[in-house]
Amino acid sequence: MASPPATTSSNSITRRFDALKKESRRALVCYVTAGHPDVGRSLETLRALEDGGADIIELGVPFSDPIADGPVIQASSQQALEKGMTYDGVLALLERAKPRVPVVLFSYLNPILAAGPDALTRAADAGASGILVTDIPVGADPAREEWLGASPLAFIRLVAPTTPGARMAEIARHGSGFVYLISRLGVTGVQQTTAASLPETIQRLRSTTTLPICVGFGISTPEQARSVGKLADGVVVGSALVSAAEHGPEDVLKLTRSLREALDD
Amino acid sequence: MATETHHRFGAFGGQYVPETLIPALDELDAAFAQAIRDPEFQRELDRLLKEYVGRPSPLSTAPRLSQAVGCDVYLKREDLNHTGAHKINSALAQALLAQRMGKRRIIAETGAGQHGVATATVCARFGLDCTVYMGEEDMRRQELNVYRMRLMGAKVVPVLSGTRTLKDATSEAIRDWVTNVNDSYYIIGSVVGPAPYPRMVRDFQSVIGREAKAQMLETAGRAPSSVVACVGGGSNAMGIFHAFVPDLAVELVGVEAAGRGLDSGEHSASLQRGVPGVLHGSLSYLLQDESGQVHPAHSISAGLDYPGVGPEHSYLKETGRALYVSVTDDEAVEGLGMLGRLEGIIPALETSHAVAWVVKEKERWNKGDAVLICISGRGDKDLAQITEMGLLPA
Ligand SMILES: Cc1ncc(COP(=O)(O)O)c(C=O)c1O
Repeated sequence: MASPPATTSSNSITRRFDALKKESRRALVCYVTAGHPDVGRSLETLRALEDGGADIIELGVPFSDPIADGPVIQASSQQALEKGMTYDGVLALLERAKPRVPVVLFSYLNPILAAGPDALTRAADAGASGILVTDIPVGADPAREEWLGASPLAFIRLVAPTTPGARMAEIARHGSGFVYLISRLGVTGVQQTTAASLPETIQRLRSTTTLPICVGFGISTPEQARSVGKLADGVVVGSALVSAAEHGPEDVLKLTRSLREALDD
Repeated sequence: MATETHHRFGAFGGQYVPETLIPALDELDAAFAQAIRDPEFQRELDRLLKEYVGRPSPLSTAPRLSQAVGCDVYLKREDLNHTGAHKINSALAQALLAQRMGKRRIIAETGAGQHGVATATVCARFGLDCTVYMGEEDMRRQELNVYRMRLMGAKVVPVLSGTRTLKDATSEAIRDWVTNVNDSYYIIGSVVGPAPYPRMVRDFQSVIGREAKAQMLETAGRAPSSVVACVGGGSNAMGIFHAFVPDLAVELVGVEAAGRGLDSGEHSASLQRGVPGVLHGSLSYLLQDESGQVHPAHSISAGLDYPGVGPEHSYLKETGRALYVSVTDDEAVEGLGMLGRLEGIIPALETSHAVAWVVKEKERWNKGDAVLICISGRGDKDLAQITEMGLLPA
């Protein structure tokens, strides 16, 4: 059975959403893979995200077998691992970067478990505000979910287009910070269109929770961000930024800025 | 909805998958539970296992091998199934289940190609659309099976990521399933993956052990003292073990691939050298580094070249009910030649690991022992590879 509800810590993520709400703005959530293309440029990428106007940074802790990710994030993870990135390496990067915006660690269960029982408190000490684990759905492992839910980090849970209504409520109740709504069936990666069912899915989710709703998977262009921003509290952009990071921080800055402008229109 | 403990074997197993798949796994859980209670499903499965697969597979005595190792050896002949391996037992049953569920697009992963061939075969038989993911490295090692799949109308998709073997083919099949979950059924090839797959594939493979148990009584007038099978993901082993698990007098032995040696770092012995971790939806013994990154496996046999193992094997190891051992690439090749020379049966390289262990451990056997080996598949698919490696006698 599912674990008890997560503690609703009013941490920096919640404060960020409260501030945005007062200004009637949408959150720009930006994913990049830690250590990609290398540690030095990863630092510059983080800086570019902040300067470009990101509200929240999702920092990918690379895993060798990312089953929820498409080719771009797979390749970035493999590259980061080949350069020696580890969980502790991600925390060290975070300590050096000291971003002014909240950081959510984004990963898979195995590297988090391998980092030990104090992995989450160490992440909080390094400056992380939240954690998102793609392969631990609600009710799958109550003991480990409780561990994730009781830490100082906000525990961000995912809702899919296939999730039935009753389960949506269950998921929202066991998460904190915000709810991550996967926009379409499939893995991460750039898509030309957003799912036609998205407005209806957001509406269903909205009726089950008061947490902010951020939509991700497949959003890459300012136009997409603008249209999804009309429906949700935030948009998540991943693969497009990872591709930009491949070219350098200027590209990251440019894309982040254009996403920011589209969202604030 | 099924309870979380129903998804596990002790602490192992579970459903560590993206949220998108949870409703599909719930649906599968329900459809499987309903099908196995439906006499009509069982009748149809039994009929096809008989008329299409050729079951029951024979139990062969092995007089010359018995003499060589100093005890009675019996061979459960899954190599004589249609398509040449045990994989079709589960592929056929899952294809029937897919049709019951109204899914007409099938996805599968394959390592040695035997599961891919079995899946392509049943898809041809039922007119289902079939996509098989296979690592590029394995497509090279098991070229014959790639032709067989394509000949039967399956689409074989090369997987270029990671180690380009079974692990990455499985990841890619899961990604396809997440993307096409509404109309697609994923036929997993072993007792791995998220619940209910490990239990379901085991149940569909358990026909091996049920038949063998009765055949042993008929042929030998007794139960085996040991049952030996190779372990990749572990489906032929669970298939032959399952009926014997309650008979504590019967020793169960799973043989993993030691590759270039257990201390070489290049092997697939997850149960002996791994630690519990999460891969492909379940918690089980896993080859990984201190950072929780999956360590690439190695085996001469593509079907054993996998860093994980089915969660029920982890449970049988932890409880001590089964013993897990290993043999190297070289020993496996010797085992293949030995069964060929002594019994006129050329086993698959995967199977050869089980044969090789029985031969290697001959000091351990006493005259009164009856050792039952699961001959999980035939070796034709491997001959090109071992000839190329210069391992066949001229
Ligand atoms: C003949 C044969 N035996 C064994 C295996 C290993 O799989 P499992 O451990 O699931 O039986 C394979 C896999 O491809 C195979 O083809």
